[in-house]
Amino acid sequence: MMLGLEFPPISHLFEWPDFAFQGTPLAMNKTVLIYLAAMALTVGLFLIAGARKSLVPTGLQTIAESGIDFVDSSVVKPTMSVGGEKFMPFLTSLFFFIFFINIFEVIPFVQFPGNARMAMPLLLAVVVWLIYNYQGFKNQGLGYIKSSLFPPGVPKLLYILVTPIELLQVLVIKPASLAIRLWANMVAGHLLLVTFAVLSAALWESTYVGAIAPFAVLILMTGFEILVSFLQAFIFTILTAVYIDGAVHPEH
Amino acid sequence: MLSVLAQIAILAQTVGDVEKGLSAIGAGLGYGLAAIGPGIGIGIVVGNAITAMARQPEAAGVARTTMFLGIAFTEALALIGFVVFILLLP
Repeated sequence: MMLGLEFPPISHLFEWPDFAFQGTPLAMNKTVLIYLAAMALTVGLFLIAGARKSLVPTGLQTIAESGIDFVDSSVVKPTMSVGGEKFMPFLTSLFFFIFFINIFEVIPFVQFPGNARMAMPLLLAVVVWLIYNYQGFKNQGLGYIKSSLFPPGVPKLLYILVTPIELLQVLVIKPASLAIRLWANMVAGHLLLVTFAVLSAALWESTYVGAIAPFAVLILMTGFEILVSFLQAFIFTILTAVYIDGAVHPEH
Repeated sequence: MLSVLAQIAILAQTVGDVEKGLSAIGAGLGYGLAAIGPGIGIGIVVGNAITAMARQPEAAGVARTTMFLGIAFTEALALIGFVVFILLLP
């Protein structure tokens, strides 16, 4: 008799079947629906909240204004020295978009973080990479290459070591680490929740009492995953702000 | 003759299992070793952030934001190890 847990294969947890437009590039599956819903939520939140433009905010406008104030005071003000306000719309949209995609991990009947598939983190990382490189060249011209590859304050001989590392940083490691950090955090959280849920279900079917412990841990982990969803969106946004600021204002 | 072939077939099967077993050990060992450094690193970052917040409560906001930044950087290394573990799953 096999006394083991029937854990589903990993592909069942992350690969969803296409239910519309199969075979075409516009194939829809659960992940695509999550992306579209997060986009609709972000756009809808700010469109509806900004429609009345009252001086004293009420209702949805309060939520939107406190969100914008959070991004302004916690992301832009501490990291960007001058001219950071230009990037406020981009950073606010980025933060809310990533947060809404992540929060689908704990919403019932959906319970899948859209960022557990590498498509959106990779796309966002490429967008951020294009933006900070473009801002670097726009603000410093060709001096951007010199200021980013040859940081000041390094003894001349160490440039043999520092410059290849800095080149790798700017070209590969900054966008790749942004994407991988977001993706792997969401994958790990999803695996954790699925493990405890499968364990609770299996223990409930065999011994009813044994399901209390994993179910309690599942509830705690769900709360933890809400924190992680918010934190990963915040970290992606603040690192974007730091990279843009580093490209626009190099240290000297 | 047939029993020798059967023995070789059984041996081939176990050799395949040995490879899978070694791959599983490598994956687990890889992630386990990759999580040591960031674990200590995050402890150092947060500890120093707490010291900074205790010594100068007015700077608590800046210290907290920088702490989250430091945690993100060091945790990325552990997560790259986790990615290798996921890639090595059968």
